[in-house]
Amino acid sequence: MTDVRDALMVGRTSDGKLVRRPLSPHLQVYKPQITSTLSILHRVTGIALSVGTLVLVWWLVAAATSDAAFVRANGFIGSWFGMLLLFGWTVALWFHFCAGIRHLAWDMGYGFELATAHATGKLVLAATAVLSVLTWVVIFAVR
Amino acid sequence: MADKAPQIAIRRSMLGRARGLGAAKSGTAHWWALKTTSFALIPLTLWFLASVIGLIGAPRAAVAAWAGGAITATLLLATIAALFHHMYLGVQTVIEDYIHHERSRMAWLLVAQGVAWLLALASAISVLKLAFTG
Repeated sequence: MTDVRDALMVGRTSDGKLVRRPLSPHLQVYKPQITSTLSILHRVTGIALSVGTLVLVWWLVAAATSDAAFVRANGFIGSWFGMLLLFGWTVALWFHFCAGIRHLAWDMGYGFELATAHATGKLVLAATAVLSVLTWVVIFAVR
Repeated sequence: MADKAPQIAIRRSMLGRARGLGAAKSGTAHWWALKTTSFALIPLTLWFLASVIGLIGAPRAAVAAWAGGAITATLLLATIAALFHHMYLGVQTVIEDYIHHERSRMAWLLVAQGVAWLLALASAISVLKLAFTG
């Protein structure tokens, strides 16, 4: 090994042989908990939303380009596949939004007790469901 | 994981390596930028979502008139700046956490940074075009 950080990954067995220590955490060993599951979901939704910005940018660029380009973008967004993506992104957005506020509260030092962290986790899930449904109720009411 | 038995070639601790070099001076900048952008995105996301829902089914002229207004264009540019900065910081963290091979990690970081910049520029220029030419 050439990096000092690697030295921390090396241990010695009782008979003196050098061995590589196992990596932690083991996702496949740990029982899923609401805290870890929401943490993973926060990352997954962040990546999904990043991909979703492609359609957002397409829509904005099309609006600045021409009527034909705008009709094409709207046609994709309004198709069943576009609507499916949009629905997924609304859920991802509300989850990332609520879980992000939970993170900001942690950053300010609030909500670290295990019972509180579990309760706010469930609150994030409930708020995601309510806000997603509400968004689409409004969308269909406006349409 | 258990490939061949590891060998320790260097005998210098991390403390020994870092001693005398001083603090990196940028330890909290990444975290702080992630937090300030997320804080800004709370109201901006709500505003953007509400506006876009109001524009469903609207013709291009209506969308262009909305996006080109001085206040709307300002808020849109602020949203674009905060969003793509936040997006890159998040994607960067994921890449650094999961891609261990140095060269591929560097390559992915460059791609992510390039894509974030291009998307941000394309949307910002679209807003500016609508603001200045309609």
